[in-house]
Amino acid sequence: MKKPLYGLTALFDTPDALMHAVEETAKAGYTRYDVHAPYPLHGMDRAMRLKPSPLGYFALVFGLLGAVSAVGLMTWITLVDYPLVIGGKPFWSWPAFVPVAFEITVLLASVLTVVSMIVIYFKFPNNSHPLHDTPFLKRVSSDGFGISIEAVDPLFDEARVRGMLESVGGKDVGPVYFDVEDLNHGQKVFDLKFVGLLAGVGMVVSIITYLGLNVMLYMEPFSWMMEQEKLKPQAASALFSDGIGMRPPVEGTVARGFLPYPYKGRPEDAGKYLVNPLPVTKPVLDLGREKYMTFCSPCHGNFGRGDSRLAGQFPNPPTLHSDKVRDWPDGSIYHVMTDGQNVMPSYAAQVSRDERWAIVHYIRVLQRAHHAKESDLQ
Amino acid sequence: MSTDTQTPSYTSKTLSPQVDRIGLILLGIGVVLVIAAFVFEPVRAAFDASILYLFMVSLAVGAIFLIALEYITGAVWSVPMRRVTEFLAGLSPFLILLVIPLFLNLHDVFHWTHQEAVNADPVLQAKTPYLNVSFLTVRTIVFLGIWVLFSMLFIRNSTSQDVTREASLTTKNVRLAAVFLPLFAISITFTAVDWGMSLDPHWFSTIYGVYYFSGTVLAAVSAVTLIVILFHEGGYLPGLRRDHFYSLGALMFAFVNFWAYIAFSQFMLIWYANLPEETFWFMARWENGWQFVSVLLIIAKFGVPYFALLSQESKMNTKRLKIMAVWLLVAHLLDLYWLVMPTHSTGASLSWVELGFPVVGVGMILLLLSWKSKRYNLVPIGDPKLRRGLDFRL
Repeated sequence: MKKPLYGLTALFDTPDALMHAVEETAKAGYTRYDVHAPYPLHGMDRAMRLKPSPLGYFALVFGLLGAVSAVGLMTWITLVDYPLVIGGKPFWSWPAFVPVAFEITVLLASVLTVVSMIVIYFKFPNNSHPLHDTPFLKRVSSDGFGISIEAVDPLFDEARVRGMLESVGGKDVGPVYFDVEDLNHGQKVFDLKFVGLLAGVGMVVSIITYLGLNVMLYMEPFSWMMEQEKLKPQAASALFSDGIGMRPPVEGTVARGFLPYPYKGRPEDAGKYLVNPLPVTKPVLDLGREKYMTFCSPCHGNFGRGDSRLAGQFPNPPTLHSDKVRDWPDGSIYHVMTDGQNVMPSYAAQVSRDERWAIVHYIRVLQRAHHAKESDLQ
Repeated sequence: MSTDTQTPSYTSKTLSPQVDRIGLILLGIGVVLVIAAFVFEPVRAAFDASILYLFMVSLAVGAIFLIALEYITGAVWSVPMRRVTEFLAGLSPFLILLVIPLFLNLHDVFHWTHQEAVNADPVLQAKTPYLNVSFLTVRTIVFLGIWVLFSMLFIRNSTSQDVTREASLTTKNVRLAAVFLPLFAISITFTAVDWGMSLDPHWFSTIYGVYYFSGTVLAAVSAVTLIVILFHEGGYLPGLRRDHFYSLGALMFAFVNFWAYIAFSQFMLIWYANLPEETFWFMARWENGWQFVSVLLIIAKFGVPYFALLSQESKMNTKRLKIMAVWLLVAHLLDLYWLVMPTHSTGASLSWVELGFPVVGVGMILLLLSWKSKRYNLVPIGDPKLRRGLDFRL
């Protein structure tokens, strides 16, 4: 079977000779031809009468895409997903974004431009070209300057092209044929052997890199975060005469949120001086209800009637709806919760200060519900 | 791409006497204004004198750098216009005239020259081994010596090649360039530190020298581009094509970006670390009206030229290149004003005092160009790379 013709190639010794040949080729009206040289030749684009490449616009679009996505990602992270104060600066600190946005812009512009060049001009996934592995290509990638005119050119005529190339001084003018096997087997990018080789090379390189950098050349970092010059809880210390590392806080230290209670054993003063600091609002009453149901209702009953939920296992407390309790100031109820009364122990350890005040509000709600006035019903 | 070294025909031309006359008038007006400035507002005038000195160093030394760059890289495209760069580098000896007023007014400009201030300040005491008047004088003389020496050697070899046509003179200049470039890096960095950074002797930025370098090369490229285009339009530089102008435009565009990169690097590191001993310098430029100058500088030296020079077509358009060259020269002057002036006045202001100094600079350059064009060819006709330079294609 006769191999299909790809085109004719010719070699030249100097860039100037090639330039001249290209000018002649362009003048003769050929359009499907290419030039091959070991290095870029200034002025070749004009000699070939090429239109300016549109690749720059790809770079522009991809670069803008990179800039927009980088700034968008960082904006979303710092404003929406995980706002974090860093160095006392505003969440949206644009100067810190500039290097990242710049890098992503350059990265996307360059990588995607090369990818689109490969896809559009080299027709990826096609990975074979008739010129591959020809003596012609070996020459033009070391010391030769060549031109190849394709057979698909509308003006192509083998004898005429050969004559033209020889007349401008082309050497080794000869035909290049398509590889029939390549043509019949189509794309070979996803060939098992090729993909397997890629995967194998990738694995070997990864393993060598890991062993080389993380095992052979492993170096202790300057300091691990877990190893710090500080005393751990329960550790001994030679610094103190008693040899104990943990120190009690300084006399009079008050822990955050644990103000000492000044009216211990003085319920009258508590009733007189303490004022409920919380406003009567829905959230506060909800909190009071939740805490009341958890800590108070086992003995006082769900509605404060003194009907214990514990079915007589403890002595039942009196009802909270008595005139005495209803006439108590808020501070007195707070004092009972904080300091205890008779068999009721202090709940200060379980229920925080604010929660106790919220319970006081809730108890007032229960009392109001049991002693509703005529006006409340309207 | 012809390899023959046959020189193209060249008929020697001198610039029109108009240039001479305008230059002389401008220089005269400028000198009068400068003297008036020194009489009425000596302190502000002294600050303006250092701006002018830094600006002219940018043009002259930046031009020597461009010459050295051409030789050391073996560049071909810039050969037909190298004489313009050489004329500009010929400014170097006149820098000595410009530095004299600075030394006469050191006390007005530099806080660290006040002995009583240094005595009361441990930070300044620690910097005394570097920041003292005698060492500053030595440094300045050495740097000026280097610039004058190398500019004269480069120009002498290049111009005698017009007559002798010896290729060995090119080799000589290549060797000179190899020696000059590291000296250039050192001298331009320390010039920036001496006359710019030490205005605020407490402040420090290791990138300051590079910042001044980026503006310096940008200004030199812009000045060369402007003069080349004006000469080209006047018919003094035959054979230049859009390929040459594109290359000049590309260099301008590159250094616009490089300046922005360096300027932002300097800002971002100081902004990020947020240390008071560094941030006060930027704070001084973000208060009392200086913030408008800062924003204007970003727009003038990066925003506008970036978009004006982005497309390929715009770099080949001599009209646009000419405008952008003037624009960037003014922007560089603004940059130096932004660097120097906040030390003098905490509020941003423009005074008549400023007016005379750039006029003196322009007058000097015009006179220099006219004088040089009478002595030398406007094209290096003996350079073996000239033919290839004229045939240069992108």
